[in-house]
Amino acid sequence: MNNTKIKASIENITRLCQTSGKVFSIMEVCGTHTVSLMRSGVKSMLPKNIRLISGPGCPVCVTSQGYIDAACELSLRDGIIICTYGDMVRVPGGDGSLEDCRAKGAQVKIVYSARDAVAIASANPDKSIVFLAVGFETTTPPTALAIKEARAKGIENFYILSGHKLVIPAIQILLRAGEVNIDGFMCPGHVSIVIGADAYKPIVDEFNKPCVITGFEPQQMLDGIEAIITQLVKNNIYVENVYGVAVTSSGNTIAQKLIAEVFDPADVVWRAMGTLPASGLELKGEYKKYDARAKFNIEIGQDRHIPGCRCGEVIQGKLEPSQCALFGKKCTPANPVGPCMVSSEGTCAAWYKYGS
Amino acid sequence: MQRGINTAAKEKVIFMADEKIVMAHGGGGVKMHELIHNHILSKLSNPFLNSLSDSAVLNIGSKRICFTTDGFVVWPLEFPGGDIGKLAVCGTVNDLAVMGAVPLALSLSLIIEEGFDLAVIDRIMTSIAETAKLAGVNVVTGDTKVIERARGDGLTITTSGIGILPDGVDLNINKICAGDVIIFSGNIAEHGLAIMSAREGLAFKTTIKTDAAPLNLLTKDLIGAGLNIKFMRDPTRSGLAGVLADIVEAINLSVEVVEADIPITPAARHAAELLGLDPLTIANEGKCVIVVSQADAEKVLAICKKNPLGKDAAIIAKVVDKKPAIIELKTRAGGRRLIQRPYGEELPRIC
Repeated sequence: MNNTKIKASIENITRLCQTSGKVFSIMEVCGTHTVSLMRSGVKSMLPKNIRLISGPGCPVCVTSQGYIDAACELSLRDGIIICTYGDMVRVPGGDGSLEDCRAKGAQVKIVYSARDAVAIASANPDKSIVFLAVGFETTTPPTALAIKEARAKGIENFYILSGHKLVIPAIQILLRAGEVNIDGFMCPGHVSIVIGADAYKPIVDEFNKPCVITGFEPQQMLDGIEAIITQLVKNNIYVENVYGVAVTSSGNTIAQKLIAEVFDPADVVWRAMGTLPASGLELKGEYKKYDARAKFNIEIGQDRHIPGCRCGEVIQGKLEPSQCALFGKKCTPANPVGPCMVSSEGTCAAWYKYGS
Repeated sequence: MQRGINTAAKEKVIFMADEKIVMAHGGGGVKMHELIHNHILSKLSNPFLNSLSDSAVLNIGSKRICFTTDGFVVWPLEFPGGDIGKLAVCGTVNDLAVMGAVPLALSLSLIIEEGFDLAVIDRIMTSIAETAKLAGVNVVTGDTKVIERARGDGLTITTSGIGILPDGVDLNINKICAGDVIIFSGNIAEHGLAIMSAREGLAFKTTIKTDAAPLNLLTKDLIGAGLNIKFMRDPTRSGLAGVLADIVEAINLSVEVVEADIPITPAARHAAELLGLDPLTIANEGKCVIVVSQADAEKVLAICKKNPLGKDAAIIAKVVDKKPAIIELKTRAGGRRLIQRPYGEELPRIC
């Protein structure tokens, strides 16, 4: 790590801030950025007039309570094995988490990729395997591949409970609501590898906010912040890609085609934000037979409010974790009340773990 | 906002009548603390157990005997650089060694599942024999049980150990004071990463091997050298972060850690990054956190560096009189952040 370069970036950013005399509110859309900014200490080095706001990009945090409840209900049925990414296991639904279900005897297996779930299905032909397919454009192509693999191999006992969501509609909906003051966006490198830099153009066109794609190393994040402020100071707003080493304008078209082949955009429920139009994905056409909701006749219900929990406002950037009365008191990583404290990429967990 | 470390851990936790054991109760973090304090110590409380040190110190005649026990349920049973047998010897020997004791003898209990492969038993017993020889201890008593198929997980091992505490040796976490220096005896996070690299479903190619080693081969050089060593602990589950949290909670002073000074191989750093894990929270099985007075820090470091088990040792942190008591990390990038006791089971991220 080149600390001289990092220092120079901080100085540049500080100078830009001082010259303009403004406060800049920058939203890091993605949970990986939230964690990287805090874990690396970059956040602690920034001048006071840069306000970093964590956005709705932690896939676990935005997964609705109703989705968790549906997963829990399925896990307790005979003959079903739930396969899930580890972070989901402890997210509280309306009535406990998958971790609680596992302690009651449910078969909940942690997998590291969707294809592992297909392998489990192949090895357990007498069971139904339900993969909890959550995440943004980074995890969707692997889910699509897994489904295609199941079909190619004739595996009939593999299903997904789709909770996949889309990054761009989430940003658009936040901006249209207009409740959070955001000057610019730090856009996630890994999602952008899939969707491409051009995907952010509608945001710039409609809202005139800088969208800068950055990686997750300290220097890359600082380059991104400097680029956002430079655009704002010069009033020259566009989609800027400071992560050009990995991200192209059009993105990974193979992955995009894969998503389009298997999924259709759908209105889906986000935690605390309600149903947002065309903000998620559901299986389409011949792939519908892999849909656990239809197969097991299960509905994803509405969220029930958790008394005192303000995760909904945190994921929309309306509130900082420390402004929630439960934060660090009743709600901790050991006894989380809301999803933002559970996920390793949750804003509250990052604030608790790394301080602010 | 500044918080003291783990305010929540100290709060009274209300348990629901139907609460069940979850994996995190065994993860070495906050949840395990709750289990031990609220459900075990509350029933078995005595001065030896209450100290929750790595070994109990018993006065027998004129001798002080250290006594410890440890269960091993690692999966997979064999992993890069070691197996459950090596771990079962090192784990117990190390709990004695970090007390400053000279390990004398071990017990060995094997719980074997019906259908288990005898060839694997033979390999693991060979590993136990080799590691015990290396550590200079004998397995002097043991027990074997076989349980029905599907009621066990292949093989679990429990070892207990006793050691003699040399006269004058009295390491105690409460002796730590402001100005003391914290040394880490080598490269961090290798055991946990080696295990993860071998886990089904996660298998990734790496050169990382477990660091499991009998630490008495290192601590024997440190004990009796007349140096003002205050405390030692081997950072296993919950890693370096867990041991630093133990220290900060016990003495109510802060610790400042310099990330760039923590020894780590590039392979380990990249593997942890790939898995989204913090190396500070990953298990080690042949490393030692040594807290020493500032005056003796360089001498202790020099002794470590001469020993194969401590050749990569480094001064990584210091104890400072700052309230509220926190662990603060000066990051590689030059920023600052907190270190907290890990929650328990660290799981790879999903995106």
